[in-house]
Amino acid sequence: MAPDGTARPALSTRPAIKGRSPGVSSLERLARRRSSIAFLMTLPLILVIAGLVAYPAAWAIYLSTLNRRMTANIGFENYLILLDSETFRMIIWQSCFFALTAVFLKALIGFWLAHMLHNIPTKGQRKWRGMLLIPWVIPPALSTLGWWWMFDPSYSSINWIINVFGFPSIPWLGTPWWARIAVITVNVWYGAPFFMIMYLAALKSVPEQLYEAAAIDGATSWQRLRFITLPMMQNIISITVLFSLIVTFANYDIVRVLTNGGPRDTTHLFATYAFQVGILSANLPRGAAVSLFMLPILAVAAYFILRGVTRRTKEIA
Amino acid sequence: MADAAANRDFPRAYTKAGSLHSERLWALRVSYVSLAIASLIFLAPPFYMLITSLKTNTEMADQTLSPWLVRDPTLEHYAAILGNPIFLTFFRNSIVVTLLVVAITMVISVLAAFALSRMRFWGSQALATGVFLTYLVPDTLLFIPLYQIVGGLGLLNSIWGLVLVYPTLTVPFCTWIMIGYFASIPKELDEAALIDGATWPQMLIKIFIPVALPGIIAATIFAFTVSWAAFVYPTAFITRPDQMPLTIGIVSQLVRGDTFAWGQIMSGALIAALPPVIVYVFLMDYYIAGLTAGATKG
Amino acid sequence: MAQVSLRRIVKEYEGQVQAVKGIDLDIEDEEFVVLVGPSGCGKSTTLRMIAGLEEITSGEIAIGGEVVNDIPPRDRDIAMVFQNYALYPHMSVYDNISFGLKLRKFSREEIKRRVDNAARILGIGELLERKPKALSGGQRQRVAMGRAIVRDPKVFLFDEPLSNLDAKLRVQMRTEIKQVHQTVRTTTVYVTHDQVEAMTLADRVVVMNHGIIEQVGPPNELYRNPATIFVAGFIGSPAMNMIPATLTQAAGALSVQLGDGLSVPVPEERTARYAPHANKDLLFGIRPEHLTEATRIDKQNLAPLTVKLDVIEPMGMETLVHFHINGTSVCGRVDPAAGAVAGTMMPLAAHMEHMHLIDKTSGKVL
Repeated sequence: MAPDGTARPALSTRPAIKGRSPGVSSLERLARRRSSIAFLMTLPLILVIAGLVAYPAAWAIYLSTLNRRMTANIGFENYLILLDSETFRMIIWQSCFFALTAVFLKALIGFWLAHMLHNIPTKGQRKWRGMLLIPWVIPPALSTLGWWWMFDPSYSSINWIINVFGFPSIPWLGTPWWARIAVITVNVWYGAPFFMIMYLAALKSVPEQLYEAAAIDGATSWQRLRFITLPMMQNIISITVLFSLIVTFANYDIVRVLTNGGPRDTTHLFATYAFQVGILSANLPRGAAVSLFMLPILAVAAYFILRGVTRRTKEIA
Repeated sequence: MADAAANRDFPRAYTKAGSLHSERLWALRVSYVSLAIASLIFLAPPFYMLITSLKTNTEMADQTLSPWLVRDPTLEHYAAILGNPIFLTFFRNSIVVTLLVVAITMVISVLAAFALSRMRFWGSQALATGVFLTYLVPDTLLFIPLYQIVGGLGLLNSIWGLVLVYPTLTVPFCTWIMIGYFASIPKELDEAALIDGATWPQMLIKIFIPVALPGIIAATIFAFTVSWAAFVYPTAFITRPDQMPLTIGIVSQLVRGDTFAWGQIMSGALIAALPPVIVYVFLMDYYIAGLTAGATKG
Repeated sequence: MAQVSLRRIVKEYEGQVQAVKGIDLDIEDEEFVVLVGPSGCGKSTTLRMIAGLEEITSGEIAIGGEVVNDIPPRDRDIAMVFQNYALYPHMSVYDNISFGLKLRKFSREEIKRRVDNAARILGIGELLERKPKALSGGQRQRVAMGRAIVRDPKVFLFDEPLSNLDAKLRVQMRTEIKQVHQTVRTTTVYVTHDQVEAMTLADRVVVMNHGIIEQVGPPNELYRNPATIFVAGFIGSPAMNMIPATLTQAAGALSVQLGDGLSVPVPEERTARYAPHANKDLLFGIRPEHLTEATRIDKQNLAPLTVKLDVIEPMGMETLVHFHINGTSVCGRVDPAAGAVAGTMMPLAAHMEHMHLIDKTSGKVL
């Protein structure tokens, strides 16, 4: 009633309510209990993250400073030995080449196919989408077996098609460059559907009115893509690309099955080489050092992904 | 004059409308052609695997025939692979590991997601971010230290070692998307339940889980496909055939020597790929929802 | 059935924002009280504190004489209807309504009896098997009310329950809520930002603004005698006209000077009340329906006022006329037959027995 905040009801001035214990601790206690229940509910998650991800990651860093028999700490020796080896320098290059090329092609093909899917009438989209996602659904270790057989030196079914068109056979897994191309091909085949699905979801989230408004403003289809679709999808594109960059850098299955690093170690990636050095040659510390070379790239990508996701969450909210 | 002008204008307007129409038609044609070519390429490898699995060994060796066609379809490779006890062991291992991991994953992530999305407590925000970061750590970075840890627990060469480490592949993502699904449930719903007299466990079981069921299905499918397809950890931790799951079992045990039994390899790979494909065919919408949820939810 | 008492209730959010600044309120048993005010005035926060969904920073809330500050919502014996209804989407209407009873371990027969009774009161007997998705807005509203009725709680709490309905349905549901209250006679606290809803539903209206109670009273009392400038402006549509004015005294009689050379005489019976405020800066308040065409002059206390009409708005049963007095936009209500034409001069009459004078500095109605 009064501006000084001591409002009084028009009716009744009953005596103060009785039977109230002093202090407001009970609800506080309840809130504290709630947060300890919440903590208990997240405890398994915390154990998984701390025990099976954070601790091993830290352990890997420590491990990489030990000698082969893990008896002495040799500092950065493992890293220096690796950087000194020509094979490993080639593997750094090959990993980057593999990841960048594959991600670029996956993004391009995925974007194109998402657009094509978005273009056709809605009722047909489901069928096409269902077919085009198949490569992503089959466990890659198994589908790569199929590719391996298709690249077989003497029975290659791909070469058979090439021969039909009058071109000579290609030694797919026999020479370094063709092997690299083969590995990238399989990775693109496996990963492009993922990009397609992500971009399709993003395309569908762009409001139709924006395109209608742009069409009335006289925008051509290229201008609509340039000024509406791409800016609206920018965030999801960068999240997907960065995420795929991490996964592709860390790829193991395809190279392991298709070439196992060969010919002459030219198709090794960090992961397969770490496996070879760490597990097969039983030099765990150096293997850990190899896989830790992925860390800086992953950290940078993760930082930008997190930023993108946070932004997107804010956009949605 | 006026008539002539009108006549001149009219056809022009007409062709313009016509060109708009034909432009659309062309865009549609380009779309269908692109999709058809892409489907052809995308489906060629599994198709070729199927063809190979149906060929007799003699037909496979005959280089004069088209490798893409089968003349004498036979199921002998399937019979052989399904009669192979070691293959059935792989299959059983895969099923046991996957079912356990899916169950563990869903319990951990639903509980944690509920707490993180509804019961704010000290550090809950940081933990949610941590979950997402964990998801970005690839298995190929962790398999060497985990090799030592699993070895230290005496679980190398055992499917229980896989049950222990697979949750690192599934829990972070499943928790992350469940947080997103739970967060999309309006706050009033829990308030109504609170007033109706529900306790926290009742709220989770009677309200949150049923309402977020699509999310739970999507997360379950994700956990299933990831554990079924896992390759790095079994390759690193398992060398005894009787403890191998399907993926590494087929790759390491069927592929040996110089004369590869391609028919059996392909039929084995196809049988191994069947469970995720069946899940995908019947639950495609949930599958895709789970796939896209990482970037659009939470 | 119970009364609800609020004693010096304060709600402070982190960052020292006081949403509710120490309010006192007593709600009688079986009473229908409406908290009304603009958004952010603290009305919803107050309701949620009664429900136990928000903690109380300081003060006491008692339901049925028992202090409930430390009691969780489920033990306060209250029921609440939310703005978005908050129906459980995965449950049928029957399960939605009976959920609270099931959790409280009522017997199956008792639950059925109560749900059927609530369904009969609300006329939703046909819908019990449906899911909320298959219901219209009005039906969802009824189910939400059913969920409250079935519990037979001490207090009903409504949080803007009609805001999501279209205008026609809102009027219909308003009537139904009033009928339900007359049937079950449960103490009700109802929050809305719509003053028409407040006026039509309430036994008593509580007008809130900036976390304090501006005025409490029966609807007509608030309408006729607003205590503050805020209540005067908030209750009534179109709003009360408030024209800057001064009070002058000549020969024992008071008159209000409106500027533009217009002045209206204060009724004799109010002379004593207003005399101390002569020569102050005041606001002259008068509702549109008390500015009518001059031909209605047949009573005492009518002051003639000739003005130039800017805009006229025919409403059917009446016509709203808009004009300016000394730069302030003013609205009057005339008979459609009075021949109001925009841009012309029209003689109007102010019904001075309904006038208000407001102290500009304190915001109080004198």
